[in-house]
Amino acid sequence: MEIEAKHHPMDKYLRADRIPHIWCPGCGLGTALNCFLYALEELNIDPDNLAVVSGIGCTGRIAGYLNVDSYHTTHGRAIPFATGLKLAKPDMKVVVFSGDGDLFAIGGNHFIHAARRNMDMTVLCVNNYNYGMTGGQLAPTTPMEARTTTSPYGNLEHPFNLCHVAAASGAVYVARWTTLHVRRLKESIKEALNKKGFSFVEILSPCPTAYGRRNRSPTGLDMMKYYQEHSVIKHGIDPSEADIEIGGDIIVGKFVDIEKPTFNEMVKELIEKARK
Amino acid sequence: MKMEVKFYSGNVAAAEGAIAAGCRFFAGYPITPSSEIAEYMSRRLPQVGGIFVQMEDELASMAAILGASWGGLKTMTATSGPGFSLMQENIGLGAMTETPCVVVNVQRAGPSTGMPTLVGQGDVMQSRWGSHGDYELIALSPSSPQECFDLTIRAFNLAEEYRVPTMLLMDESTAHMYEKVVVPPADKIKVVERKRPRVAPEKYLPFKPARNMVPPMACAGEGYRVHVTGLTHDERGYPQTTDPEVQEKLVRRLCDKIRKNERKMRDMEILHMDDAELALISFGISARSSKAAVNRARKKGYKVALIRLKTIWPFPEEYFEKIADDIKNFLVVEINYGQLKYEVERNVGKGRVHHLPKFGGAVHTPEEIYAKIKEVYNGN
Ligand SMILES: Cc1ncc(C[n+]2csc(CCOP(=O)(O)OP(=O)(O)O)c2C)c(N)n1
Ligand code: SF4
Ligand SMILES: [Mg+2]
Repeated sequence: MEIEAKHHPMDKYLRADRIPHIWCPGCGLGTALNCFLYALEELNIDPDNLAVVSGIGCTGRIAGYLNVDSYHTTHGRAIPFATGLKLAKPDMKVVVFSGDGDLFAIGGNHFIHAARRNMDMTVLCVNNYNYGMTGGQLAPTTPMEARTTTSPYGNLEHPFNLCHVAAASGAVYVARWTTLHVRRLKESIKEALNKKGFSFVEILSPCPTAYGRRNRSPTGLDMMKYYQEHSVIKHGIDPSEADIEIGGDIIVGKFVDIEKPTFNEMVKELIEKARK
Repeated sequence: MKMEVKFYSGNVAAAEGAIAAGCRFFAGYPITPSSEIAEYMSRRLPQVGGIFVQMEDELASMAAILGASWGGLKTMTATSGPGFSLMQENIGLGAMTETPCVVVNVQRAGPSTGMPTLVGQGDVMQSRWGSHGDYELIALSPSSPQECFDLTIRAFNLAEEYRVPTMLLMDESTAHMYEKVVVPPADKIKVVERKRPRVAPEKYLPFKPARNMVPPMACAGEGYRVHVTGLTHDERGYPQTTDPEVQEKLVRRLCDKIRKNERKMRDMEILHMDDAELALISFGISARSSKAAVNRARKKGYKVALIRLKTIWPFPEEYFEKIADDIKNFLVVEINYGQLKYEVERNVGKGRVHHLPKFGGAVHTPEEIYAKIKEVYNGN
């Protein structure tokens, strides 16, 4: 039987000439990206009016596969780069797509301040509990006791609950899903893209290569099974009650959806006043 | 429109120069002795439709001006030593991604927190290669508020023309000094805009250089769908992280677009060169004391010249090569323990390059420099 080369249904958003991608078999990044692309498609977002900014990491490579204005910046700096871009181009949709280490370790300060300012942007964070790209080191999201290449005896550090950090910092939209929840994840991304202000979606995603195999989930499927058995949907709960623990339930859902003036709107008003 | 005469500090003059050059975005983080630039811009920019944002640190400030530059605006930040160190990361990204922007560094005495309110000139080398890897950029150094105005405009023009982060290497004394500044009418100020692609998006290769080695730049939202990365990339902008040939081609071009255009960036004030036996080399505030000392020495019959560098990087190598044989001795005057001195030595040869350092916190007096001129001149 001949295998016919097929186009991906989302090719119009992709740089097909950059495929094959670098990601491992069983990695959740393809699913996360796919949900994003379907969200774009269903919202009918004009690719010429969208900019995607990434930091560094396996997730950070997403920008490079997208056929839009896309920026692969330095480790941790996607959000401030996107801040400048969005202020210069207020009519464009600006999305930051990056990893948990990138956004919450080296870039943590930028995250909380962009949320505090209510910068008009959507931040999609792929949380795979570790630094995938550099070989599976401890991240600020690694659950306690989990083994990584720099916590060989088990993690001693309390992890961040990213949704709690986002909400406490001022994000107007906060949701968490896993790569198992493709439909709900896509819907959340759509809501986030439509939201004015700082919207945040955490995407729990398997990293079998760097994290799973050291933590009794050697394949992507093992992690997906875990998501299936342990995910509990609790919309609207206080995200401080949604900590992630090894062996425990994973609380998913939409936690925050509020209105607040955005930094961009206020800058615009200020300029109008100052010019009079 | 009329010419105006203002009474500006160096910091305010730099801010006004930026606005005259078309700067419409400023992101910064307060630090002495540069804070007045941020304060002034926060008031002034909105009046001309520009955007000011105070970021959470200098890492963010530098990243934000790159992002806004890709959004099509002319952008600037201002800082001093400790902040300049933090900016190095994304100055490197700016060099690699060929992003026009201006970084003002009002030098204070270092290292580290050093003497926050007092003058230094210790960031000469950092402004050249403070970020990692091979690259070149441009650094200008004003000696007066007037030059803070003029050279900031020039910094924007060079940044736009060569698509490179351009440093304005000021110092605390020049920044806080008030002097008369002549502001020409807007239509008399030369303002350069980055070259835009003239081909359709399907035909556009975002990192394919034009004849001057600089690629035309398509910004966000213009339909060109550019991918911009700090990874080694080919002319399409696509990462090529395992091909040494792509790396060589890119790095050569990033360096050569500056090195080989050095003559167009060259800017110096040269005094009394004709019969000179000794040439002083200085920049920024120390060049003013040097000038006073040189003039006094001339009156006393010493054949002394002054070379005041307004463009420090790229260093005018060709010029120094040319004068190397005509001048017996060189004397570098700078507020550090030897930085520009090494560059002069590298170009004219060791042994005849003398140095008058100052360690920061104070400016050389003309008397000190005059004494050193006599010492060098008389060979003792
Ligand atoms: C300043 C700096 N420090 C360290 C690195 C090395 N590094 C590259 S990716 C990465 C971690 C990425 O982790 P995460 O953001 O979680 O992305 P993932 O690979 O897991 O998707 C690190 C530490 C770097 N590129 N730059
Ligand atoms: S290392 Fe992990 S996150 Fe990176 S591509 Fe492989 S599975 Fe995915
Ligand atoms: Mg990660």
